[in-house]
Amino acid sequence: MSIAIGILFTTGVYLVLSKSLLRIILGTSIISHGANLLIITMGGLKTGGPALLGQGIVSFMDPLPQALILTAIVINFAMTAFLMVLAYRSYADLGTDNIELLRGSDDE
Amino acid sequence: MLLIAILLPFLAVFLLPFLVPVLQRKVGWAVALVPLFLFAYFAGFIPQVAGGEPVIVNYQWVPQMGIDFSIYLDGLALLFALLITGLGFFVVSYAVGYLGEKENLGNFYSFILLFMGSMLGVVTTGNLLVLYIFWELTSVTSFLLIGFWFHREISRYGALKSMLITVFGGLAMLAGFIFLYLITGSFNIRDIIAQGSDVVAHSYYLPALILILLGAFTKSAQFPFHIWLPNAMEAPTPVSAYLHSATMVKAGLYLLARLTPALGGTPEWFYLVSGVGLLTLCYGSFMAVRQTDLKAFLAFSTISQLGLITALFGFSTKLAVAAAAFHIFNHATFKGALFMVVGIVDHETGTRDIRSLGGLREYMPITAIVAGVTAFSMAGIPLLSGFVSKEMFFTASLALPMAGVAQWLFPAMAVLGSIFTFMYSMMLVFNVFGGKSKDPSIRPHHQGDNWSMLWPPVILASVNIIIGLFPGLVEKILVLPAASGTWGAPVVEHLALWHGFNTPLLMSAIVILVGFLFFRGQQAVVSFVEGVQNHRFNLNVLYDKSLVWLNDVATWLTVKQMTGFLRDYLVFIFLWFALSVGGTLILKGGLNLTTLDLSPVGPYEIALALIIVGGALGVVFLPTKLAAILSLSGVGAVVVLFWVNLRAPDLALTQLIVETVSTILFLLAFAHLPELKKEVVAKSQKLVNMIIAGASGLLITLLMVSGNATGLFDPIIADYYLRESLPLGGGHNVVNVVLVDFRGIDTMGEITVISIAALAVYSLVKLRLGKRGNAE
Repeated sequence: MSIAIGILFTTGVYLVLSKSLLRIILGTSIISHGANLLIITMGGLKTGGPALLGQGIVSFMDPLPQALILTAIVINFAMTAFLMVLAYRSYADLGTDNIELLRGSDDE
Repeated sequence: MLLIAILLPFLAVFLLPFLVPVLQRKVGWAVALVPLFLFAYFAGFIPQVAGGEPVIVNYQWVPQMGIDFSIYLDGLALLFALLITGLGFFVVSYAVGYLGEKENLGNFYSFILLFMGSMLGVVTTGNLLVLYIFWELTSVTSFLLIGFWFHREISRYGALKSMLITVFGGLAMLAGFIFLYLITGSFNIRDIIAQGSDVVAHSYYLPALILILLGAFTKSAQFPFHIWLPNAMEAPTPVSAYLHSATMVKAGLYLLARLTPALGGTPEWFYLVSGVGLLTLCYGSFMAVRQTDLKAFLAFSTISQLGLITALFGFSTKLAVAAAAFHIFNHATFKGALFMVVGIVDHETGTRDIRSLGGLREYMPITAIVAGVTAFSMAGIPLLSGFVSKEMFFTASLALPMAGVAQWLFPAMAVLGSIFTFMYSMMLVFNVFGGKSKDPSIRPHHQGDNWSMLWPPVILASVNIIIGLFPGLVEKILVLPAASGTWGAPVVEHLALWHGFNTPLLMSAIVILVGFLFFRGQQAVVSFVEGVQNHRFNLNVLYDKSLVWLNDVATWLTVKQMTGFLRDYLVFIFLWFALSVGGTLILKGGLNLTTLDLSPVGPYEIALALIIVGGALGVVFLPTKLAAILSLSGVGAVVVLFWVNLRAPDLALTQLIVETVSTILFLLAFAHLPELKKEVVAKSQKLVNMIIAGASGLLITLLMVSGNATGLFDPIIADYYLRESLPLGGGHNVVNVVLVDFRGIDTMGEITVISIAALAVYSLVKLRLGKRGNAE
């Protein structure tokens, strides 16, 4: 699991370092997947049942990481959507998605 | 009451905005009441303090950190407080005549009051950190005072220079104080002095000493930090008279005196302090001789006189300390008066150039007499107060506590410095007031003395005569209590005009004789001095160069770092992350791969992990954007399966929705985005990217493994939530209860983020392209 997450981070970082805006957005998504998996892994894998009370389960998965991740997923979604639209707008406006060519518009 | 007295100058500033419009130029008289009242108030403490009983008042300020606003008024503090308020009164009164209607009087008087308050704080506090705060306040307020005529570039230069150098020293001093705290466990000066023998024996003694001396030397303009003082002469003359006679520069001397019982008496102290002091004495008087501006004359003279007093503190004998206290008093009176006289000359004739002035005694006889008395006092001519303290200086230099080369070198340096002092004092008097006018176009605006400015220096000059004839007047009430405060034990010395025929008298005679010969042959001496000191390489050049250099380095660094490319910033961030976290991990031995608490891994998980890895790699390597987006969605879908597998049903549901929506979003935007181009990057850059990415990934893996193996915490940290979810939250699904109940505010923040993002997305899509209007 750790190795898989490591690879997720590697590819994510690599994508973020590239020039294309789309790749950067994809990269952030992958990094956030990695981070979510990291959190739940650190909480211990498969050490108990789902954190639902009253079902006769005595040992639970730690609910706290799950709560954290739930927040993270939603925020990540908002981030991605925003970045996506930003990329779309900047492409429509500036005619490129290469960040090295984005040097501000005339009417900045 | 004492606290209010010390803070009175600060409080008085608040009245100025109301007084200035009403009183106009006369506002100076109202301001002068503040130091006059304080002088009287502090003078009231003389009987108690001279009786050997210091005034101690304590106010708690930050008790947790041992910072008390304590007031410790012993003989030493009282001497300085009286000088600050006394000279302050004369200077403010003098400024009434000096500053014209058009000057910004409100600024001037508030700065000078703030400065006065800061100085009082420095000398009366009993806590090193409070002392440091007031110390920096004096740096800031003196910056404002020196740069009072801020429209002149040279004033700004001088102000900045004094601030940079003294604040540098102040920071060093703060570090020294912290060393003292580490040694003694207290910031209270009396506690530190009580542990003086421990301090001296401690291994931190030398660093503490050097750092604190840096603070004292920069403030007191000791060689090689003296360079700020001549430039500070750009200030209005009342400011120079105040800062360089009784206050700013004396703060450094006060620090030396205050910490003598804790730090003094060692060979390091002796050689550092007296060595630097004597060097400054000689260098300052030597340099003074070649100046042409009267204020520059006084600047270098101040530097050399400060060197003299510093040397006395370095000698660390009872006699030397008494001489130092006495000379601090004398220097304040004669140098304050001299500055004022120079200000009068400047005010009346419009120039301070010694080459074009001359014969002024015919126009302003009383001013000439004042200049003569005070300069002679500085030169050490008998019957004046300067002579008495200079005799003590010679005596102290002959009775050094250390053997060796200093035994003859230090007295010799004392005599040499004094010869030049004598010479420039004579030049100051006779070249300006004596002889004939050298430039007929330069003459005073009107005949006679300008009494509105002359009366303060007249009083100061008469003090020189009276104390010179009857030094006993201040012996018991001021000098000896101050010396005792410095020494840490009662000091009994006798101040007298006449000590009999002895070596110090012989030294004085040599000084006067050789000094007189030098004065007669001043042309030769001045050209000799100019030959030694050239303009191309000196300390000022070094200072200017270092400023330019500092700017260049900062610019270079900023340009290197702030490239404007997102990629470069990310590279810095990830590199720093990998180096700092990874470095710490390895250096601290946190890497631990042995005691893993692993869960059983079935084929199912392996398959999922492989798909995730494959999908992630696919995003990188697939050539078209459609394929990359789908690949990412694939990763998302597998993560959903992971959640199911890992007993996290809520996560699985949420992720499923989010993944679906984001894929749709990606595909919506897809049509408008350009096709992924083959990235044209240099091989080396690609390699760097790969290394950074690989290092980050590897680091994460290692961190996780080590974190798992170290096991600092219980397996489940959410016990509380598991227990209380039903009773307090009333819900069976613990994750949900945590989100909407226990951490409800966090979730509200999350909703806010979503709303903002939604608004931003909406407005970005709908926004018409304003001015350019060429899109779509």
